[in-house]
Amino acid sequence: MTRTVLQALLSHWRAHRLQLGTLLIGIALATGLWSAVQAINSEARASYARANAQLALGQLDELRDPTGPIPIARYVDLRRAGWQVAAVLEGPYRLGTRSVHLMGVDMVAYPALPAIVEAEQSAAAPDPADMLTAPGRILASSELAPLLREQGDLPPILESSALPPDVILTDIGVAETLLDQQGDISRLVVLSDQPRLVPALSDIAPELQRFSPSSQVDTDQLTGSFHLNLSAFGMLSFAVGLFIVHGTVGLAFAQRRGMIRTMRALGVSMRRLVVLILAELTFLAVIGGALGLALGFFIAGALLPDVAATLRGLYGASVSGQMSLRPEWAAAGIAMAVAGTLLASGQALWRLSQMPILTGPGVRAWQDNAPARRLTALAGLILIAGGTLAYLSVGGLIAGFVLLAGLLTGAALLLPLSLSGVLALFARRAQGPVAQWVWADMRAQLPGLSLALMALLLALAANIGVGTMVSSFRLTFVGWLDQRLTSELYVTAVDDQQGQEISEWLQPRVDAILPLRTVELAHETGPLFLYGIVDDPVYRLHWPLITSATGVWDDVMTGHAVLINEQLGRRADLWPGDTLELRPGHVLTIAGVYSDYGNPTGQAMVSMAQLDQIAPGAETRRFGVRMPPEDATEMAQELRRQFDLPRQSVVHQAAMKAQSRAIFEKTFVVTSALNVLTLGVAGFAILTSLLTLWTQRLPQIAPVWALGLDRSQLARLELMRSVTLAALTACLALPLGLVLSWVLLTVINVQAFGWRLPMYVFPLDWLYLFVLTLLAALIAAALPAMRLLRLPPADLLRVFASER
Amino acid sequence: MNVRALLIAIMCMLPVSSWAQGYAGLGGSADGFEIPQRGYQFEFPKDHGPHPAFRIEWWYLTANLTADDGRDYGIQWTLFRSALKPFETEGWQSPQIWMGHAAVTTPETHYFAERLSRGGIGQAGATAEPFAAWIDEWQMSGPDFDTLTLTASGKDFGYDLSLKAQGPLVFHGENGYSVKSSDGQASHYYSQPSYNVEGVLHLPEGDMAVSGNGWLDREWSSQPLAEDQSGWDWFSLSFDDGDKLMAFRLRGDRGDFTSATWISADGSSMALSDGSTSFTPLETAHVAGRDVPVAWRVTLPDRGVDVEVSALVPDAWMATRFEYWEGPVTVTGTHEGRGYLEMTGY
Amino acid sequence: MHILRSKTGQAMLLNIDNIQKSYPGGRPVLKGVSLTLDKGQTLALTGESGSGKSTLLNLAGALDSFDQGEITLDGTRLSPLDDAGRAQLRRQSVSLVFQQFNLIPSLTVLQNLTFHARLAECQDQEWTLHLADRLGVADLLDRHPENLSGGQQQRVAIGRAMAVRPKLLLADEPTGNLDETASANVLDLMLALVADTGAALLLVTHSHDIAARLDRRVHLSGGHIQ
Ligand SMILES: Nc1ncnc2c1ncn2[C@@H]1O[C@H](COP(=O)(O)OP(=O)(O)OP(=O)(O)O)[C@@H](O)[C@H]1O
Ligand SMILES: [Mg+2]
Repeated sequence: MTRTVLQALLSHWRAHRLQLGTLLIGIALATGLWSAVQAINSEARASYARANAQLALGQLDELRDPTGPIPIARYVDLRRAGWQVAAVLEGPYRLGTRSVHLMGVDMVAYPALPAIVEAEQSAAAPDPADMLTAPGRILASSELAPLLREQGDLPPILESSALPPDVILTDIGVAETLLDQQGDISRLVVLSDQPRLVPALSDIAPELQRFSPSSQVDTDQLTGSFHLNLSAFGMLSFAVGLFIVHGTVGLAFAQRRGMIRTMRALGVSMRRLVVLILAELTFLAVIGGALGLALGFFIAGALLPDVAATLRGLYGASVSGQMSLRPEWAAAGIAMAVAGTLLASGQALWRLSQMPILTGPGVRAWQDNAPARRLTALAGLILIAGGTLAYLSVGGLIAGFVLLAGLLTGAALLLPLSLSGVLALFARRAQGPVAQWVWADMRAQLPGLSLALMALLLALAANIGVGTMVSSFRLTFVGWLDQRLTSELYVTAVDDQQGQEISEWLQPRVDAILPLRTVELAHETGPLFLYGIVDDPVYRLHWPLITSATGVWDDVMTGHAVLINEQLGRRADLWPGDTLELRPGHVLTIAGVYSDYGNPTGQAMVSMAQLDQIAPGAETRRFGVRMPPEDATEMAQELRRQFDLPRQSVVHQAAMKAQSRAIFEKTFVVTSALNVLTLGVAGFAILTSLLTLWTQRLPQIAPVWALGLDRSQLARLELMRSVTLAALTACLALPLGLVLSWVLLTVINVQAFGWRLPMYVFPLDWLYLFVLTLLAALIAAALPAMRLLRLPPADLLRVFASER
Repeated sequence: MNVRALLIAIMCMLPVSSWAQGYAGLGGSADGFEIPQRGYQFEFPKDHGPHPAFRIEWWYLTANLTADDGRDYGIQWTLFRSALKPFETEGWQSPQIWMGHAAVTTPETHYFAERLSRGGIGQAGATAEPFAAWIDEWQMSGPDFDTLTLTASGKDFGYDLSLKAQGPLVFHGENGYSVKSSDGQASHYYSQPSYNVEGVLHLPEGDMAVSGNGWLDREWSSQPLAEDQSGWDWFSLSFDDGDKLMAFRLRGDRGDFTSATWISADGSSMALSDGSTSFTPLETAHVAGRDVPVAWRVTLPDRGVDVEVSALVPDAWMATRFEYWEGPVTVTGTHEGRGYLEMTGY
Repeated sequence: MHILRSKTGQAMLLNIDNIQKSYPGGRPVLKGVSLTLDKGQTLALTGESGSGKSTLLNLAGALDSFDQGEITLDGTRLSPLDDAGRAQLRRQSVSLVFQQFNLIPSLTVLQNLTFHARLAECQDQEWTLHLADRLGVADLLDRHPENLSGGQQQRVAIGRAMAVRPKLLLADEPTGNLDETASANVLDLMLALVADTGAALLLVTHSHDIAARLDRRVHLSGGHIQ
């Protein structure tokens, strides 16, 4: 019996292949975009985990000397006093145009690092003698290894899958040669097993500072907001995809009512039918989900390199650009597909199960269900109010997203009532009978199309919102770059000594030399980089202060005050007038807050003299050089020649700006790609809705046709209707998008990146989007219109004759 | 004694297969390492210091101690040196690897700790004069080899002891040339078997004043065990009448290889060749997932010795990178006394 | 009532000449049907279910194309017309009433009533209201068709058809879905209006009683007029 019933149920799909295709595509699209985002996120997280395991970040305390490297003797002092610490020497290593992170650990004393364990357990395990003694071995990811091999002058390379893509791991003895830092240690990792009694750090090495994991840069936490952003987009796409599923399943159920009624009349219980339909839906969901996974894998693979670039540029987090297939990801994707499909089919299934056995099989042509529309709108208002309330009362990033979700879904629910109102208005104004009919008919179509239009509204609003945010950001960022990068050249010396020499050499040749000295300190909100600056008009004139106390520069230059960046200001709620403890005993008043984009960490600026007091002995290796711009190129060349500096050690302002802008653009490539994809899905949702409505359209069209409108006229009207509805939706999406961008700029960005941006509007972008939308609607309506054009009159005539 | 202990320890710390390969066809001279020579003339104090040209070396001290309350304790302090290459150099590039093991065995439990370092930077090493051997804050040092202070600590234990030699050095085998298999593998091996030990144990329950007898082994070599040898059982026994016995058995597929040194109360010693001593496990205990003999019958008919040797605590397991059993024992039978037992390869 | 008319001497309104029609993949439905209808004449078309009555009526109404023969409607030959041409003819020269789904669901009763007339640009407000009155739907003008009973819907359909003062009214079992009383009521109204406006009527019906009330009666069977 089950078999027979199933056969009957499935026969529907054989007769409605397009419908089946639409359903599967809907599920696949929903699952695909969602799982693409998931794949990107989990790939990134896996990379962070790898990196953190490798660097022992987030797990172990560290000892550092803020003023510079630690000598080996200090390490031995600590060891001989019982301190169980492991030495790490690390630094950037140049590979042509690229810089990678070279990390040398004491492979004898360091806790088991994943990459080393992996190397030991591999078939071609390296000889420890080779690892530890000259020339040594270096470990690198399979992405990096070929690049390193080209280098030629490096020790033999071992590939490791446990390493992040831009990290070279080696023994500290090898690292000191490669980095040319003989006898230096960057940091000491405090191992977990310490002997029962060890003397206090201040008794052995008072210059060292202990950093707990919480004060270190935690990539996971830092990038969390970025991933939350992506997840939100993934969910949006998922929801939009479900609109398609909802529409298709609804139609399929409506069309099968007759069949189901007959089966029930023949003695098949409703229970059994519901169970079988559930099984059928699950089966379809699994197939659609599998298609979606393939799609998602593909999309993620295409987007991942850009995501990796973004994360590297923005947070310095390294993410592998290669995708790997994770079983738990696939399982989650299928589960989402099934859950989503059942959710989207819930209403249809429930209605079916409530259907009295004797109800006719007819599809109600349309009903003007004004009360339902009003109820939906009310729910929308409540959602908007709820989101706003949540944000106002709780605050924070999550509440920001709740606000966004409330606004978006609320506005979507308000859409049918708004559109219906607008259409009624037009209908009342309409003169000709055809116009009147068209408006009325559009209103009639609304219930069937509203889900798709909601999807369109969401996609458009997201596009406008995110687009406005990105463009505002771009404008602000470029302006800020101009303000911030005021020196013509930026020079990095090899060491303090050379820094001195360069500075002396430059003195008579240029307008001004601005030494940039920096030390890393710790603040309760994370690492804090302290910069020392000299008094120069350029700071007073150009430095991008957001807010400041009076006499800010005098206070800073005389060593009485400190400037902090916006990130630190917002994170720690510090503003002019507050005080900041830079190191024990060094408390300064905050005189101003400056904007500092593209940098995740906290920063502070004091006068050079003040920095010398706080962290004596810090190296001065970086300089800004002010001079006539036209002489900059020549000076750069001369500097390189004179001091035998590599290309990248003397950088032009223009090059720096270009690089910053490039990083910026990459940052939002993913967002825009997801945006476009979401819009595409929304377009597809319109198409499926129109196809779904197709059978219901005939009784609407046939009388008009019979009264003397030909099919080409009707087809044109059909196109126009779709375009008009899309246009109206786009008009309503504009204010929503602007609200969205406002929330993104003033709420989400502040929470995620730590900075707040002014909002700029870009009407030309809207126009472009508007045209794109109309085009999408036109394409979506093209298929039904073509169908109408080709429809045999006999099919139209059947409306009047056959029993329906 | 434990040639392989160190080998495996280093192997466990770093990749294995290359070591296995390197040793598979090892002949006389080992990759530029010196090998022990029959008839070598020891030079002191120089030979108390390290021999970087040899592959492996250790300073191995065990002591049977009694606390004020009359209870028995044991301690171990060991510094191993293993050379990746037969030289020493300054800095991280040093091919000398050092490893320390320290343990305290109480009547109830066994505490242990392990340290690793490389040479060249001063974190670990040894000097002959004044004598010192150290890794991190663990140290065995003194003006000379006869007068030493000893310290070590782990997460929950530690000790500070002073040692005073009571007799002369004892040279095993042929004047310190100790043969390890019938194939001729050998080491340089001497001991100071009679230190008077006094000091304090630091235990979770509190500090404990102790005194007793210590036994220090010095051994270096470049050669591994014979290929068929899977482990060993090593005994250092001090009888109440003042005589001492060092005896070991290397377990091999081709049969056991035994060796022993009888040390009379006056300090004179006599090497006993393969086969003169017999070892019979009497009782095993389940320790760290395996069965380890914790009571033995040891007989040396030449000297009228037929004793039962049993562990103070069966659980004296060193769960270090290379795992083995090392703990104090009590001796009953024809002779009464105390000692230390080391067992590997179980 | 002046139902009597001479069978000759009147101008020919509809001439169906040897029409053949078959649907794609089916046997021929009409195998050479000829029929004429004069101005103001009423004709009943009967026949068994499936005999092709609706097919013939639809062809006469320029709703569908035929295989062979010719139909001339109010002096216009149908065979050369394309889709748009046929639509134009429908708009201008015929009124149609079907068994069901005559009305445009999204429009109100009033909008439906005037729809055809406005398309044909011959709206006469007074006449429309008069029709609504006579048909008993004057109170329903603001409603949507789905809120009407079957009889009411068909009366609105007749009203819409008559609103253009058609020369030819084609009605395909307009009361087929109604019960007897409603059916009689609707039919009476229709015949009266036809008589009043002088329209010609081609009515498909199963009922002999109704057929008897018209000027002429033809029977379709086996693809031919009997
Ligand atoms: N669109 C169509 N496609 C194929 N065959 C059709 C189509 N419409 C009608 N037919 C067939 O043509 C024949 C005549 O149909 P038609 O609807 O003209 O009959 P009818 O006389 O009006 O019947 P009834 O009294 O039941 O309304 C029937 O056999 C029918 O099956
Ligand atoms: Mg019919």
